[in-house]
Amino acid sequence: MDILLSSGSTLVIIAAVVGFFMAWGIGANDVANAMGTSVGSKALTIKQAIIIAMVFEFAGAYLAGGEVTSTIRKGIIDASFFVDTPELLVFGMISALFAAATWLLVASALGWPVSTTHSIVGAIVGFAAMGVSVDAVTWSKVGGIVGSWIITPLISGVIAFIIFNSAQKLIFDTDKPLQQAKRWVPLYMFLAGFVLALVTIKKGLKHLDLHIATFDGYVYAVISAVIVAIIGKAFINRLKFDENAVKETHYANVEKVFAVLMIVTACCMAFAHGSNDVANAIGPLAAVVSIVDNDGQIAAKSAIAWWILPLGGFGIVAGLALFGHKVIATIGQGITHLTPSRGFAAELAAACTVVIASGIGLPISTTQTLVGAVLGVGMARGIAAINLSVVRNIVVSWVITLPVGAGLSIVFFWMMKGMFM
Amino acid sequence: MARNSILGVFAKSPIKPLEKHIRLVAKCANQLIPFFAACADNDWPTATKVRRKLSKLEQDADSLKRQLRLELPGGLFMPVDRADLLELLTQQDKIANRAKDIAGRVLGRQLEIPAALQEQFIAYLTRCLDAIEKAADAINELDDLLETGFRGREVALVEKMINQLDEIEDDTDGMQIKLRKELLKIEDDLKAVDVMFLYQIIDWVGELADLAERVGARLEILLARK
Repeated sequence: MDILLSSGSTLVIIAAVVGFFMAWGIGANDVANAMGTSVGSKALTIKQAIIIAMVFEFAGAYLAGGEVTSTIRKGIIDASFFVDTPELLVFGMISALFAAATWLLVASALGWPVSTTHSIVGAIVGFAAMGVSVDAVTWSKVGGIVGSWIITPLISGVIAFIIFNSAQKLIFDTDKPLQQAKRWVPLYMFLAGFVLALVTIKKGLKHLDLHIATFDGYVYAVISAVIVAIIGKAFINRLKFDENAVKETHYANVEKVFAVLMIVTACCMAFAHGSNDVANAIGPLAAVVSIVDNDGQIAAKSAIAWWILPLGGFGIVAGLALFGHKVIATIGQGITHLTPSRGFAAELAAACTVVIASGIGLPISTTQTLVGAVLGVGMARGIAAINLSVVRNIVVSWVITLPVGAGLSIVFFWMMKGMFM
Repeated sequence: MARNSILGVFAKSPIKPLEKHIRLVAKCANQLIPFFAACADNDWPTATKVRRKLSKLEQDADSLKRQLRLELPGGLFMPVDRADLLELLTQQDKIANRAKDIAGRVLGRQLEIPAALQEQFIAYLTRCLDAIEKAADAINELDDLLETGFRGREVALVEKMINQLDEIEDDTDGMQIKLRKELLKIEDDLKAVDVMFLYQIIDWVGELADLAERVGARLEILLARK
């Protein structure tokens, strides 16, 4: 207990630095997955992708990152085990951050596709179960989180399948695909805008002390979505089409319309990624700050300190600004057979799934959800070739991440205990 | 870093190379027109040059075929069956091989098409090459088929093209019968060995259209699955 009073601010600073570092790593590495499909299908240039990612990752983190942060902060661990020894929880959370950040760094250097969400959840479970007591983990909650990792790719796959097939029915398999695209694409923009606005209004504005009634929330969401659709429509009308294209084969023109849509879904994806993944960096930090601020009291209900969400947001943006460029440039090369109409279906499905999960407070993996969505489009016969061995590698890396995150966090936990006690 | 990203999931599409392959094959077979023109003029140096060009195109098609096969490992998830795709590729390649055989055999024997048959033969050859062109057009719809998820109007369009291809092939069958009849009339005036080889060349040219039709059939099977 004394340690919290004597070196509380030191611990907060350590946690803040590691948390920022972790957010930075998420920005530098993960964003490639969030923005990759847009850049890969040539709907966005690298520069545009970076700008969109910066704005919407931050917005997502700040406006909709709160719920997941709470789950990471207090959902996984049973706080009653730490009432007498709050310092253990502080050490543990810092160790978990250290562990996840280290693993992220190692995996990035080796080129393994790991999930930041899996590393932090594994790390928190690891120190609590092995370092303290197996009962210190709220296993039912952990079970729910792990279950969501299986269910969310399935859900986003099904949504992607439906979205892709609807686009086929409404646009591609018609006499005049271009006219149909001009008519229906704004509707998809509306859908994207609606989901985003609704989650922001229902979850994000709470901690900004703006309370909006349920019905009003829906009305505002519809209004924002209509605005998005109108702006999108205006951009589509400004497009120049190659009139010489043969009537039967003017899908190239149709794809131009979808490229506009893809800008909207890229914003969605960045927002979704920010809202869900920022918690991996700042959830443990929020726990540390709350305990130190309350002089060792583990408050069951306390707001997240005002500076934490922006810190995570800035961390992600800083990572993006410094390394995102290089990462996105690497993935932007050589991918030619992902057309905007496929990319949009996968992105929109994944973004909706992630944003909804963020609203519920489930920490899920953005990449995993996107892979599920891509497979969904593949099932609808929309993608020329999906490399199943790469999919398998990605899945394996997720499974491995859990025990590795747990093991590293136990090591760091014992080291911290040795240093401070 | 690329491995670390979602885009590793997207494998290289086999569709563009497949389209490129049939275009190459069609270009290769089309060399038979200048080739037989040179033969008719008894201009064997030019014919040799054209054959060399044809042979080079056949080799290009061959190496593209091999490359495409290497890029289609088993662990791919595709909207069409992998075996069907490879079979289609094999059929396409056979056209180029046959074109090369024809040029090689004619040049090797310095075989002259009798003047009386010349015009009819060229018409027959052109019609067979039309079949290849049609097959190439149908294969070139594959990227649009991908756009539409291999169903609906686009499939109907391709099926129409395959039907047209069948009609062209029927045409060539009729032309072949006529051509052989004409040859029968004059065969007593020709060297017996030459006549044997003329029949063979007529057969082989007809085979070009047969092979093109088979490409269409494989494409149909590809679309019918799933």
